[in-house]
Amino acid sequence: MSKFRKGEKKGMPAISTASLPDIVFMLLFFFMVTTVMRETTLFVNIVTPKATEIKKMEKKSLVSYIYIGSPVKRMQASYGSAARIQLNDAFAEVGEIQEFIATERESKDEKEIPYMTASIKADETVKMGIITDVKQELRKANALKINYSTRKGNY
Amino acid sequence: MASKRRGLPEINAGSMADIAFLLLIFFLVTTTMDVDTGIARKLPPISEEEQEIPPEIHAKNIYTVLINANNKLFVENEYMDISQLKEGAKAFINNNGRDPSSSENPEKAIISLQNDRGTEYMTYIRVQNELAAAYNELRNKEALNKFGERYIDLNKTQKKEIRKMYPQKISEAEPKNIGEDS
Repeated sequence: MSKFRKGEKKGMPAISTASLPDIVFMLLFFFMVTTVMRETTLFVNIVTPKATEIKKMEKKSLVSYIYIGSPVKRMQASYGSAARIQLNDAFAEVGEIQEFIATERESKDEKEIPYMTASIKADETVKMGIITDVKQELRKANALKINYSTRKGNY
Repeated sequence: MASKRRGLPEINAGSMADIAFLLLIFFLVTTTMDVDTGIARKLPPISEEEQEIPPEIHAKNIYTVLINANNKLFVENEYMDISQLKEGAKAFINNNGRDPSSSENPEKAIISLQNDRGTEYMTYIRVQNELAAAYNELRNKEALNKFGERYIDLNKTQKKEIRKMYPQKISEAEPKNIGEDS
């Protein structure tokens, strides 16, 4: 009998790995939280139009977003329901776009400036008038690479 | 003694870490998968100095697409449904002088797009999409003919060659303002 028990009883006790899942879960939560935190809070409702001939956007850090749409419900009391422009975390007027592009440029490396893209994220019900104004401002700011944000889908 | 020895064996929690890792990797992948997609376009620069006289373009080399405030299309002086735009544009670009009133060759073909300030963004994007699709299909066809591969699978020089044959020339005119209520 003692022959069989020998190996099992002695030797180094195994290191408990019971806390490993906790550590990994902590990492998991960290990633989940940080990925949400990076996005700007939208004050406008945006459902981008559908398109089939789309390209993936490269280098997300070089993209400046311009959001256009009608304000969300809780903002409508103070801003009305007409389509508005949102830059970063605040509503903006068309005239502020040049300034916005300039500050975006300042934060980037000089070499990267030619690759910067302005992405127009507009709601599909927005009228072209406001978009044309935005495009005109972008031309004035010499930000000529643009991208109409769309989702993939057929009509 | 016997009751202490037996009883329920402890559940091995060693694989719990693996499961958590799997979840972690899943979230890491899905968050990066959510890339933004869109239609890329280039705006014409505003030139400070006086513009040189543009080269003369024959009217037959221009394919005019007008969109009004009711999101209706008026193409080459005729009403057109948006579903026919792609075929229409393809026929125009790839005319190669067959029809004397249409384009001479794909290199000279220009698509002129004008919309109203009251046009809906959705319609505008759809028109842009259809025109891009027309070019993409023509390029794909040429790429299959020439190199036996789809356009996106070609290498850089081959792509350039195809692009030179079918340059995407979409010109946008200043929009009219008839339908926008301010």
